[in-house]
Amino acid sequence: MKAKVVVMPKAGVLDPQGKAIGHALAGLGFEGVGEVRAGKVIELELAETDPVKAKAEAEAMARKLLANTVIESFSVSLD
Amino acid sequence: MQAGIVMFPGTNRERDMALALQRATGRKPAILWHRDTELPAGTDLVVLPGGFSYGDYLRCGAMAAQSPIMRAIHEFAGRGGHVLGVCNGFQMLAEAGLLPGALLRNASLRFLSMDCHMRVERTDTAYTGRFQRGQIFRSTMAHGDGNYFADEATLDRLEGEGLVALRYTTADGQVTEAANLNGSARNIAGILSPNLRVLGLMPHPENQVDPLIDGTDGLPLFESLAEALATA
Repeated sequence: MKAKVVVMPKAGVLDPQGKAIGHALAGLGFEGVGEVRAGKVIELELAETDPVKAKAEAEAMARKLLANTVIESFSVSLD
Repeated sequence: MQAGIVMFPGTNRERDMALALQRATGRKPAILWHRDTELPAGTDLVVLPGGFSYGDYLRCGAMAAQSPIMRAIHEFAGRGGHVLGVCNGFQMLAEAGLLPGALLRNASLRFLSMDCHMRVERTDTAYTGRFQRGQIFRSTMAHGDGNYFADEATLDRLEGEGLVALRYTTADGQVTEAANLNGSARNIAGILSPNLRVLGLMPHPENQVDPLIDGTDGLPLFESLAEALATA
């Protein structure tokens, strides 16, 4: 079973990377772009076949290592 | 004082740290390996030096914080042991939960390799006894992710409990935005644990311990440790 963990900077945490991307988009002539936030996606291939258990497992991994919950939030989805 | 410096794959400042400690204590520190599961008996100080452990994969210090020796360091700190983390070592301490907060990408998005100045906020710790209170000293920063972040409640607690050890200032001691090169919350350069025995800071005082090489501004930190942790 495949799980996808999306890790994003928490609201209120400065995201200079997102800001720089936003500036670059404006420089390229793309208009109407509001706030840009940059995070990361981590794909996991799990042996677990039960979706409820797989999701719980991926969430535990995110809390322990994949995200730093001081500065990042995460969400887990299954394929 | 017997110090142990921990090496991780990608650590690159262990030699400078060893020289600084040796200069202050007259004793060669032990070099420890990240896979070790125990600290040598008689260790007084554990140092997590700078570098780019595990290539800064995932987040700076995140992988190192999960390595086998960190469990021993947690126990050591729990027993009241002294732990110093510099640069990548500070990032590891934050990732390991031994100090609160996190180090974000520098606000400028640039890797900063330059001089900085810091003010010593308290001198009643094993790390700062040889400084004067409010003393400004020069050091070097060399990091891409040194922007200290914690939520407002945590920052207020750190300030209230006097756990901000070092703050970025101008050369003449002004706490200004311009002096805060990496964008850290409240100009914080270094913080202490509640028992004052774990210190994390981003700049490299081990760079300034030799009068022939960039001066000795950083030496008091190591002399303080040598004095405070001297064993009979």
